[in-house]
Amino acid sequence: MKTIKQVWDWLEHRLELRDSIWPVMRHPVPAALAKPIGWMYVFGSMTLTLLMLQIVTGVCLAMIYQPTAADAYASLEYLNYEAPFGWLLRAIHYWSATGMVVMLMVHMTQVFLMGAFKYPRELTWLVGVGLLTTTLVLAFTGQVLRYDGDSYWGVSVAVSAAGRVPLAGPSIVHLILGGEYIGSETLSRFFTLHVFILPGLLIGLLVVHLYLVVKRGISEPPTPGEPVDKATYDEEYEKLLEKGIPFFPHALYRDGVACAMAVLIVVGLAVIFGPKGPGEIPDPTLIHAEPRPDWYFLPVFAMAALSPPSMETFLMLGLPVIGILALAAVPFVAGSGERSARRRPVAVLVVLVTFVTLMVLGWYGATSPWSPDMEAWSSTPVPDGIVEKLTPLELQGAVVFQNKCCRNCHALEGAGGKRGPDLTEVGIRMNPEAMVRQVVQGGGNMPAYAQQMNSAEVTALVAFLVKLRPAGIPPAAVPSAAAESLVAAPTDAP
Amino acid sequence: MTHSPSTSDSPDEERRGLLQWSAIVLGALATAAAGVPIVGFLLGPLRKREDQWTSAGKVEQFPIGQTRLIDLENPLHSLGDGDAGKIAVYVRRADEEKFQIFAINCTHLGCPVNWLADAGLFMCPCHGGVYYEDGSHASGPPPRGLFQYEHRLEKGALLVKLGHLPTLQQPG
Repeated sequence: MKTIKQVWDWLEHRLELRDSIWPVMRHPVPAALAKPIGWMYVFGSMTLTLLMLQIVTGVCLAMIYQPTAADAYASLEYLNYEAPFGWLLRAIHYWSATGMVVMLMVHMTQVFLMGAFKYPRELTWLVGVGLLTTTLVLAFTGQVLRYDGDSYWGVSVAVSAAGRVPLAGPSIVHLILGGEYIGSETLSRFFTLHVFILPGLLIGLLVVHLYLVVKRGISEPPTPGEPVDKATYDEEYEKLLEKGIPFFPHALYRDGVACAMAVLIVVGLAVIFGPKGPGEIPDPTLIHAEPRPDWYFLPVFAMAALSPPSMETFLMLGLPVIGILALAAVPFVAGSGERSARRRPVAVLVVLVTFVTLMVLGWYGATSPWSPDMEAWSSTPVPDGIVEKLTPLELQGAVVFQNKCCRNCHALEGAGGKRGPDLTEVGIRMNPEAMVRQVVQGGGNMPAYAQQMNSAEVTALVAFLVKLRPAGIPPAAVPSAAAESLVAAPTDAP
Repeated sequence: MTHSPSTSDSPDEERRGLLQWSAIVLGALATAAAGVPIVGFLLGPLRKREDQWTSAGKVEQFPIGQTRLIDLENPLHSLGDGDAGKIAVYVRRADEEKFQIFAINCTHLGCPVNWLADAGLFMCPCHGGVYYEDGSHASGPPPRGLFQYEHRLEKGALLVKLGHLPTLQQPG
């Protein structure tokens, strides 16, 4: 016992922890945190805990991972099937990244709704925006390191977007790729970004963030009708802290419980669902890839498809920058005044609109109705119920319908591509003339098939389409579009 | 080295002034000495390598009126690229003499377009861009037709000039 005390004293004399760390651990926080509302203050710690899990699992993965285009895929398979617990570490790293992004969103939303970014904590928020950006870039570079088909084409999509930057585009492409094409240099660059540069940046920002959290204090739970006034806030906060509770141990216990739950949930998900990928081999000659980004980038993926061509480049390159600048501007636009969400309807509306937009775009991105189903023309036959009632000509039309890959964009009875309208009942919407015009001239995001079909094929196809309607309903008699465009229809149409 | 004349007669102050300037000048030199190679290294990829002529095969391999996907080795590929050192192109032979070599990358955001021979269309699986068989834009979000590589016929062989990843400002 005496020896332990001696060692402790020796260390303490040199480290002086009693003067440095201890006051930080015991720094006072608002007494209200001892109440159940204290649970609202755990999200930042949860994000931090998942980050630490990312660092530890990431360091382990880096011991096996080969950051070269030639060997990366094999090293991922080695991790999945050979290295002890390799699959679990990959899974934890993936699910913890997912958890980190989720908790970051929750943390930021809570800070925003509770007005915690207001005076004197503007800088804490600003650094937090930097942490969000860095985390998202880490997420993307991490997705690239999972070197498979999605990863290869993900880089291709990212540089195609970056290549649209006016003037500097080609240079940016070369800098990202580390050369002329996606190769070994590209993967090395993403590896260096993911394991050295971005974590360094993240930890740097985090140190500032935590320093500010301790120095500027955490905000007290907001009370409606008690706005932040820059002239009096500091004094009132001082007074509040006089009756405050020490961070350690009181507030830390809640953090401890929440963080332990976060880790348990992440490890649980990792055990249940396992690691993500790697999927298809990253070979540029395998063109049947249907690349899709990880879930956090699905809204961006969707936006690239849904934006009108004239604004597309601006939306792709400008919107993320505007989004980050808008977040950064928040404490400078609304740096004082009411903090309670009950008195800030605009703030609540902004949160709602943002989340609904992201979720709708994300849902679109996950189901991607704009993408043709590339296999449908050969794998999704015309339903039996339709075929059995067809005449020979109509049957021929059904064959044309399959062979010309119409199924890739058009579904029948729900099966097939979703890019164009489902044609199960098209016979009640369009008359034969309108159908011919649509097939031959295209339009409304459909290619013109004038060169791809002869008039016999068009005749058969339209006979088939006219037949497509529920029993007992007559075919459409009136053209569904303006008459003048009919004149432009080629004369070889029936 | 020049430094502002000291207003004081004290040799101590004069020496401090000299030290201060030495620190600044030497510091700048040291920063440049270490910084130039670092920045130069990082910006290395800005020095662009030209695409190279590579053989895509014998002319008679390509039937008239057909479009074929062929796998080649990227002439710029280097050690450690693995499969990434490969490159695929679509070769269309319109008639005896007329060839078109398309990049597989969609002009919208670079995804691999698929050739659907029966429909005579190229379709992109990402955002649904569609092109006609001559590479012109048919529908969907792409801002232009497919990227085409420079090519020539020589001694019965089809030569294609390729290497870099085509993007809007640096097409084939």
